[in-house]
Amino acid sequence: MKRWLLPTLLLTALIGAWQVAASTDALADLLGLAPFLVPSPAEIAEALWESRSLLAENAWVTLQEMLLGLACALVAGVGFAVAMRLSEALRLAFYPLLVASQAVPILVIAPILVVWLGFGIWPKAAIVALVCFFPIAVSVLAGLRSVDPEATKMMRTLDASRRQILWRVEAPTAVPHFFTGLRLAVAIAPIAAVFGEWVGADSGLGHQILQDNAQLATARLFAAAIVLAALAIALVGLTALAERRVVTWR
Amino acid sequence: MRQDTKMPANASGFAEPAAMPAGDVGFAAGVSIRGLGHRYGGLQTIERLDLELPPHGVLGIVGPSGCGKSTLLELVAGLQEPAAGEIALGSALTSAERLARCAFMPQRDMLLPWLAAIDNAALALRNRGLGRGAARRQAGELFERFGLAGFEPARPAELSGGMRQRVAFLRTLVAGKPVLALDEPFAALDAITRAEMQEWLAGALRADPRTVVLVTHDVEEALYLCDRVAVLSARPARLVEELFVPTPRAADRDRAVTEPQFVAVRERALLALHRGSQ
Repeated sequence: MKRWLLPTLLLTALIGAWQVAASTDALADLLGLAPFLVPSPAEIAEALWESRSLLAENAWVTLQEMLLGLACALVAGVGFAVAMRLSEALRLAFYPLLVASQAVPILVIAPILVVWLGFGIWPKAAIVALVCFFPIAVSVLAGLRSVDPEATKMMRTLDASRRQILWRVEAPTAVPHFFTGLRLAVAIAPIAAVFGEWVGADSGLGHQILQDNAQLATARLFAAAIVLAALAIALVGLTALAERRVVTWR
Repeated sequence: MRQDTKMPANASGFAEPAAMPAGDVGFAAGVSIRGLGHRYGGLQTIERLDLELPPHGVLGIVGPSGCGKSTLLELVAGLQEPAAGEIALGSALTSAERLARCAFMPQRDMLLPWLAAIDNAALALRNRGLGRGAARRQAGELFERFGLAGFEPARPAELSGGMRQRVAFLRTLVAGKPVLALDEPFAALDAITRAEMQEWLAGALRADPRTVVLVTHDVEEALYLCDRVAVLSARPARLVEELFVPTPRAADRDRAVTEPQFVAVRERALLALHRGSQ
């Protein structure tokens, strides 16, 4: 209970201050904006309620993109990490490429992906996967490599093959690292999905944010952002829950 | 022969362990070390070492810290190939053959924290392809015999230091190999627990005799547990003196280590240790 008390108090205070500042136009004056561009929390809540079916529809689209992208990133990230653990040559060859893949601006790749994969869910999922792949692969590889050499020696004298050492010792050692990487990936997945939608989409929260922005519907814009944040929090929470269920030895 | 031909080339360059019949030891093997030399980088760590141990003998290795005791143990276990000379466990000469005949107990217990005690002890059986139930049954018999009954489902974190070492030793025993290589198994325990564990290990070896090479920095431990004790010099390790113990592994440790004969041998061992570390 105590853990929730302070953040809740802080959030309430911030929202309260925002409400007062927005409804008295003080915030708009401060920012030098027209008052209708600066929604108050009450207006955002109203937008959230009135556009609930639209928001839910778009959130579902974005959530699907995120989940599909995360699933691809998970398979590819874990696969790459295992391959790089088993072969030093692969690791040396691929690690710089892995880092480079993160340095390439999505802005450069996104239009190509749209041309290549069309306007559906796939180009967005691909962008999510591209962004989320790195933290998963890097953390799983670090986890696999963090195994105690003494444990490996012990297993070798107990007749373990390389694959058995990987499966019985290295993989469980890497599980907590995997969850750390997954949490990072899940937290950035919404941004990636929204970005994918900005390049070309006819639905999804990112698409809606663009439209609301163009129509100066700022209250609903903020509402969409809140839904997106809620999605991220829910996914990170689920990841933490899964971690507690799986990693029972810590 | 269990040979996994589909194994990918691996980073650590493991030799696949050669085959070993699952279950009982079936045969005993002695240890014979002839003209052994080893280098680490440009450093000579072991020089012209000769040691003989008959089947079911227990050999203690003591020496100043950093003298290459642990390296010697890894060479015996087949985890490394020596630079010069040879080590034979019975007829097993190559490192892969030695690996198949020797189980290694590292300094720290290295119990896998995600496995129950029984599953930790049964690791070697699982590695040989035995199903979980059969492996647990087989390891479970040893839990009964060695006073660990009831601790089968406990996770390592729930066990005391002494209990963890017992499980780690059982894991080595369950592997069913003729030779056991123990690397300072009780170094991390407090004095009272260590004495208890020595008595326990003595009992275990009386009940289930194996050829044992035991590295320790504790002269008393070596003399209590071993038939013979090799005192090594500081690096490069050479044999300073080999001592033969009159009555090893007595049931009553406290009495055994205070007997005049034991005290005399201990005195000699300590003198040899002194000579070797200069």
